[in-house]
Amino acid sequence: MDRIPILKFGDCLLVTIQVDMHDQLAMALQDDLTARLVKERSRGVLIDISALEIVDSFMGRILNNIASMAKILDAVTVVVGMRPAVAITLVELGLELPGVRTALNVERGMDLIRSTVDAETASDVDLD
Amino acid sequence: MSTSTETLPIKSAEDVVRVRQVVRTKAAGVGLSIVDQTKIITAASEIARNTLDYGGGGEVAIESVKEQPRTGVRLIFRDNGPGIPDIEQAMRDNFTTGSGLGLGLGGAKRLCTDFSIQSKVGSGTTIMLARWK
Ligand SMILES: Nc1ncnc2c1ncn2[C@@H]1O[C@H](COP(=O)(O)OP(=O)(O)OP(=O)(O)O)[C@@H](O)[C@H]1O
Ligand SMILES: [Mg+2]
Repeated sequence: MDRIPILKFGDCLLVTIQVDMHDQLAMALQDDLTARLVKERSRGVLIDISALEIVDSFMGRILNNIASMAKILDAVTVVVGMRPAVAITLVELGLELPGVRTALNVERGMDLIRSTVDAETASDVDLD
Repeated sequence: MSTSTETLPIKSAEDVVRVRQVVRTKAAGVGLSIVDQTKIITAASEIARNTLDYGGGGEVAIESVKEQPRTGVRLIFRDNGPGIPDIEQAMRDNFTTGSGLGLGLGGAKRLCTDFSIQSKVGSGTTIMLARWK
């Protein structure tokens, strides 16, 4: 079966979804990301969905699962490039993405991961 | 004045992707806005997945309609699955008998201009979705 490639970029994992994924492919991505997070001990996951024409309840569930899994593994998930029509449709569908942070593009998404991880690291130090 | 219909099987997860693609082509072809295209594709994806997961597979007729006074796309999903015993309950947000979020049916209805559902226990489910300009 094909897989969506996951790139390692410093302490982050980067995924660019470029195809309309069928459900098993999306599930495989969720599993692969979790495995890579454990292996690389990454602090951030950045998912670029700018090529996605729709996000339905299944894809939304996958994004939520990835974010919860990442949170347990102490990583922050940022989804970038959501098209305006997709965002509007998600609201009407009634789908919420509570654990998922969003940013306009890859660069801003990386900044968001950086600042979130740095803030967490700083507060960890304070606690010691 | 014209209509054109394409019927596709829904027997696998790949078929659900194909349904999304054809709905997109038809919706763009009749000139629906990007937001309306996105809404009807998303609704179609929800109902196609239900057809596969709960209906045991089926088919969809995808029709582009250009006839006064309406322009848009109409989709009719059919399966010969177990049917839905309580439609009102199934339509409610967050109701699921599977592992979903229970948003598919209610969400699809909100995303369309027309929505109708017929289901008979033991003989199957038919759902009509349409989005007009
Ligand atoms: N074609 C069908 N045949 C039989 N039962 C169906 C069919 N479509 C939907 N149902 C029933 O209606 C319920 C609600 O469907 P709905 O799409 O709203 O939610 P879901 O599929 O369970 O979750 P989600 O769509 O959010 O992933 C389903 O759990 C299932 O019991
Ligand atoms: Mg569903």
